[in-house]
Amino acid sequence: MAEVVAVIASTHHPFYYRASTATGEDRPPFADEWVRKVEAFRETLTRARPDVLVMVGSDHFHQLWLDNMPQFLIGKAPFYDANFYNEEREFGLPRMVCQGQEELSSYILREGIDAGFDLAFSNELRIDHSITCPIITLRPQNDLPIVPVYTNIFAPPLPRPKRFVQLGQTIRELVESWPAEQRVAIIGTGHLSLELGGPRQFGPHGPDPEFDRKAVEWISSGDIEGCLAEVTLDSLHLPGNATHGFMDFMLMMGVAGEGRKADYVDTYDLFHTMEAYFTWYPDGGAGA
Amino acid sequence: MSKYLLNKFLFTVDRDPELVERYREEPRATVEWWEGEYANRILNCHDGESSTWLRFDDVEREALAAHDYPRLFELGAHPFLTLTLFIAMFERDHPPLGFQTEYARRLSHMRLPYPDIAT
Repeated sequence: MAEVVAVIASTHHPFYYRASTATGEDRPPFADEWVRKVEAFRETLTRARPDVLVMVGSDHFHQLWLDNMPQFLIGKAPFYDANFYNEEREFGLPRMVCQGQEELSSYILREGIDAGFDLAFSNELRIDHSITCPIITLRPQNDLPIVPVYTNIFAPPLPRPKRFVQLGQTIRELVESWPAEQRVAIIGTGHLSLELGGPRQFGPHGPDPEFDRKAVEWISSGDIEGCLAEVTLDSLHLPGNATHGFMDFMLMMGVAGEGRKADYVDTYDLFHTMEAYFTWYPDGGAGA
Repeated sequence: MSKYLLNKFLFTVDRDPELVERYREEPRATVEWWEGEYANRILNCHDGESSTWLRFDDVEREALAAHDYPRLFELGAHPFLTLTLFIAMFERDHPPLGFQTEYARRLSHMRLPYPDIAT
C-alpha cells in the first residue's frame, strides 16, 4: 500500500516568485526573511522523500468558468501545463509543465465516487498558481508526478466547510489504500484572512489579524471540531471577502486528522496577507 | 440584471491581451462591440452554437463603459475578476501598489455585508 509520508498546508502567495528572484533595488525588504522561511519549510517536504504529490488548490477563473463549474475536481492527465497569461502579467509567474500520476488520479476518482463524492474530472487541465506556488516554494525542481485536486472556494454556491474536512479525510483514506508502493505527500494551499477587490485589500497586514491568530491555532493544534464550530460560509465573509480559501486549510486539517498537532508551524506577517506553513508527519517523522 | 454577464465580460476581456488594451483605450465602444458580438458566445462550445438571450441592463452597461469599478462592486460583479482586469489596465499609471490602495480607498464606503456575488 502507498504511504502518506507528509501532509502539508500552506498559503499560496503569487508574489513569492517575483520577490524571491528580484535583485538590487527591485528586491523588497521582506524578501530575504521570506526566502529563509520558505527554504526551511521546503526541507520538511524534502526529508519525507516523496515519490508522488497530491496537490489541493483552487482554480481562479482560469480554466473553470461559470457555465460549467465543478465543486470538486480531480485532474487525470499525463501532463499539466501551468500558469496563465494573466498570472505572468500580474505576478511574473513562469510557464511550467508538471508530470501527472494518472494511476493515482484514476484510483481517487473511482474510489472517491464510491465513497460518496461525485467528483468531476479533467483530462486536459491547465493548473494555476494555487498549485504552482507550492511547487515553486516546496519542490522547485518540479521533478515529481502530481495529482491535482481542485476545490470551489470562489464561485458561490460553495460546499460547506464540513464537506471540505470530509473530503480531506477521504483523500487520506484513499491514498493510504492505493495499492502501490509509493511515498505520497499531500499538499494543499489556501488563505488565512484575505480581501481581494474590496476596501480592506492591500493593507499593512492581513485584513483580520485576530482571525489569522485563531486560524493558526486551529490548524496547528488540529482542532477540527473547534474550527467547524465557528467557521461557516457566512462567517467567512467577515475576515475578508476572499477568506473562503481558508476552507482548503480545513480540507488539509481533515487530511491530517482530528487532534493531530502539526509537527512544523511557521508564519510570516506580510502586507495584504499573512503567510502560514504547516507540516504533519503521519509517522511522527520517524521514517523521514 | 445579470451578474453572470458582467463576470463574463470581465473574464473574457482579462484573458485576451488585445482586448485588455482595447477596453482600456475605448471602453464604451468595446462594451458595445462585446455585447453585440461576444455576449452570447458559449465559451466551451464551437462557434456555430451560441445563446440568444444575454444582454446588459442600462446600469451594468454604463458601469462597464465608465470603468466604474466601485459600481461593479456594488452590482455584485466578482471582485477578483474586476480587480485583476483593472490592475492589468491601470496599475501601469501608478507607483508600485498605488493603484491597489487607490482601489481600496474608492471602495471605502462599502460596509459588511458586501453585495452578494452569487450568480
